[in-house]
Amino acid sequence: MKFQKRLLRAEPNFQILTKLWQVNWLYVLLICALAVVGYGALYSAGGGTSRPFAGPQSIRFCFGVVMMLGISLMSPSILVRMAWPLYIFSLILLVAVLRMGHVGKGAERWLMLGGLQVQPSELAKIALVLMLAAWFHKISYRRMGNPLFLVPPALMVLVPVALVLKEPNLGTAVIIGTVGASMFFAAGMRLWQIALLILPMPFLAKIAYGHLHDYQKARVTTFLHPESDPLGAGYNIIQSKIALGSGGMWGQGYLHGTQGQLNFLPEKQTDFIFTMIAEEWGYVGGITVIGMLLLLVFGGMLIAMRSRNQFGRLLGLGISVNFFLYCAVNLSMVMGAIPVGGVPLPLISYGGSAMLMVMFGFGLLMSAWVHRNDTFGETVENRD
Amino acid sequence: MKFRKKKSGNRLMSRPEEGKNPSRGVFTRRALVLMAAQGAVLGALGERLYGLQVLNGSHYAKLAENNRLSKRFFAPPRGRITDRFGISVASNRINWRALLLAEETTDIAGTLERFGQLVPLEPRDLTRIEHELKHKRRFIPIMLRDFLSWDDMARLELNMPSLPGVLIDVGTTRVYPFGPLLAHVVGYVAPPAEKDVVHNAELALPGMRVGRSGIEQTQDGNLRGQVGSVEMEVNAVGRVMAELDRDEGLAGDEIALTIDSGLQQQVLGRIADQSASAVVMDCRNGEVLAMVSNPSFDPSLFDSGVSQAQWIEWTNNSQTPLINKAVSGLYPPGSTFKPAVAMAALRAGTLSPSDRISCPGYIDVGGTRFHCWSRYGHGSINLRQGLKYSCDVFFYEVARRTGMDAIAATSELFGLGAKLPEIELPHVRQGLIPTPTWRRKHGHHWNGGDTIVSGIGQGFVQVTPLQLATYASRIATGRDVQPHLIRSIAGRTAVLTDLGHASGMDMPDQFFQDIRAGMFAVVNEEGGTAPKARLDIPGVQMAGKTGSAQVRRVSRAMRESGHFNSANLPWEYRPHALFICYAPYDAPRYATAVVIEHGNAGADVAAPLARDIMTDTLRRDPVNHREPPGQEVAQAEVD
Repeated sequence: MKFQKRLLRAEPNFQILTKLWQVNWLYVLLICALAVVGYGALYSAGGGTSRPFAGPQSIRFCFGVVMMLGISLMSPSILVRMAWPLYIFSLILLVAVLRMGHVGKGAERWLMLGGLQVQPSELAKIALVLMLAAWFHKISYRRMGNPLFLVPPALMVLVPVALVLKEPNLGTAVIIGTVGASMFFAAGMRLWQIALLILPMPFLAKIAYGHLHDYQKARVTTFLHPESDPLGAGYNIIQSKIALGSGGMWGQGYLHGTQGQLNFLPEKQTDFIFTMIAEEWGYVGGITVIGMLLLLVFGGMLIAMRSRNQFGRLLGLGISVNFFLYCAVNLSMVMGAIPVGGVPLPLISYGGSAMLMVMFGFGLLMSAWVHRNDTFGETVENRD
Repeated sequence: MKFRKKKSGNRLMSRPEEGKNPSRGVFTRRALVLMAAQGAVLGALGERLYGLQVLNGSHYAKLAENNRLSKRFFAPPRGRITDRFGISVASNRINWRALLLAEETTDIAGTLERFGQLVPLEPRDLTRIEHELKHKRRFIPIMLRDFLSWDDMARLELNMPSLPGVLIDVGTTRVYPFGPLLAHVVGYVAPPAEKDVVHNAELALPGMRVGRSGIEQTQDGNLRGQVGSVEMEVNAVGRVMAELDRDEGLAGDEIALTIDSGLQQQVLGRIADQSASAVVMDCRNGEVLAMVSNPSFDPSLFDSGVSQAQWIEWTNNSQTPLINKAVSGLYPPGSTFKPAVAMAALRAGTLSPSDRISCPGYIDVGGTRFHCWSRYGHGSINLRQGLKYSCDVFFYEVARRTGMDAIAATSELFGLGAKLPEIELPHVRQGLIPTPTWRRKHGHHWNGGDTIVSGIGQGFVQVTPLQLATYASRIATGRDVQPHLIRSIAGRTAVLTDLGHASGMDMPDQFFQDIRAGMFAVVNEEGGTAPKARLDIPGVQMAGKTGSAQVRRVSRAMRESGHFNSANLPWEYRPHALFICYAPYDAPRYATAVVIEHGNAGADVAAPLARDIMTDTLRRDPVNHREPPGQEVAQAEVD
């Protein structure tokens, strides 16, 4: 304890090892615990072998942990300088995916980059969080009252949202928009400004629905009446509910979930991995996973609050909110609470791109923790 | 987490200017608001999960059980049909077929195209596949091609990776080792029609076949067997994961026919290419040993679907290959009817065996002159001679004396124009012995001349070859012999009628003796009409009766012109040639009826044919053998 205190009082110029010591290992442990849950679920989804899903995913996770630790060592000043190039890069990717993306399920979302399948919208979210954090970092609370200072960050949010909508990926666009909005909110946007923005929303929503793709509209309608088309678009929702129900309180037993093992559950290794867990481990298992996710979200928020610089606070908050939205959208989806939309469960679902981006985000969060006492380049007013 | 917070608290305290930063304060408050919202959302989801898994769990668990259990039915193997010696005449062969599971491929068109490059698909197949793709659920396999050859299979197996959704599966196909030889008796099977499936869901099973003709049709219920079922755990695409319970079902019953396939083959050989029908019966118990209707057809064509061209050819063929002439062909019996007329007269007392009738070559009845086939007449003759010479005038007179009602009653006892209740074939026609009552029912007057003409088996009289064979059997034995085709079903002897079991005919034995003597004379005495039917087997004689049935009235002008010769007529106007017989004369065992369509004179064409058939039958003597007699029988492949 003494040793740690001494380190904290030392010069901010840490050696790598001492910085690593600063990493919030409890949080990392929690991340690893969820990844283990994910490994177990993918093992089961693969029919009791690690070959198709669990094995590759665990390798990605290990790579992700290394990346996370590497990013956690980066000081906020470096990250702020990275924000612009990364943001521009993500926008270029978003445009590229529109032009030559791989079409999957009616949407252009994937891009092949040197043999690696990338989902640019994932990167765009992180880049936007970085970008907004860097922007608000330099704006004093007083200036936030001036709407002029909110226009550039608003554009920063709207451009990727528009591009993602164009893909079209409604779910991710909503998540990006919500992450941006929450950061505006936390950065100290005035309540009257918020009210002014929310009031015209119903009209915008109506216009937006008109521009929805047929398959997105179908999702909305089948969500409202899933039983009307049991073998069509409502199939996923019904099958997911059936699988959840067959889990009961204590579950069917690991590797013995009938619906998942018999393939009634669609996309059980990606979007519907939670259903599979809840079928095999029951409500007890399901609520445990939800609890772990909540711990990660709250932990991230606490880390954000703990930072002594606005950049770190907003970075941590943006990452946490993003992670939360992922979880919430995915869980609502598999429980039939919102229309289905290809949003995986972070850390648990199979998928390399999502896993790397989640770990990238946690790396930024960890950097905010490691450098929580740093102060740099902010307005005098914002200085602690 | 807790101790860190505490520590940070310490640090907050140690920095008094901390509280002055408005951003941090706002951030903390608002972050807490967000956390509350996050907690609320995840909490609500947890609550919803509780509702789905625990509160309504049993409801969904029941749905889950239905989801994973699937009971599937499969077609049982159809029962084999054998001849009387156990030789297969209808059996099942393994049939390899390619199926498409639409569920398992995303690119149906591509798969079909690549499949077509390996195994050609005809346009007819393609339209059927397209139809089934639209109407069947995606997890029910669709038949692409069946009857795959070994080469086809090899090509497909090799290219399986590029054919997602294609499976190769084994079913059974009905095979008829003797092909056309027994097509009319055994019949054929075809895929069930859509309206059949509506009434019986079992028929929807892939591989199910329905008997459409012959024994296959009448014994369909016995041959079909009991549908088997498997209860399985299946996955979402219908693939079987585990088998939970299995009911093998029951194979259809094996049916043994009375037919001797070897004899059948010999009879067909004798008929060669004539449009004809022949029936050989065991005249003691009614077993049909051979039933040939020529020309015939290939019964296996119906399983895979008959082509339009083939169908048109069959239906336009004036020799009616699809029709079993033995039971569905109606012919005037001609002079073969005369023994029945004689029996009717004897029973009615209008004729005694010794009565003599004078034949001047014609008879005038009601102002019309009816001619005998012999222009010069037969002089004064008795019954025996009347049969021997087949004198028309004699029977004109007998018929006139006896009357049509009595003739009809007696001939129906012989099976002519009557139902044969035990013959296990579809489309059996009854024929007709006309009566004044029948004629009146159709709004016509019965003339005296109608009786005269009927007396020689012409006019409205119509019988089938099987009826003629039954008739010959009943004359030979004096018993009510019932023709039948099935010897046993699943090892149980279904119909057992032997001489002892067949009831008597309610006709004095003496009358039978007189008629048999006449029929003996026809064949074996000098001057009989059928010397060509004499058997070439020492010590064995047969009795018979010729018949030539006109299909067109011969006008007096034609007859008197002296040039009349029916052989010069176009084929379809020539008289049918008929012959009925039984042998051996002194201990009757076999009876035969032969009808050669438009064959002209029975004596010249039908009699030698009947003799040959009878000779073959006597030589084989199938009823006294337990194994197929002789080596000349072409052994059909037995699976």
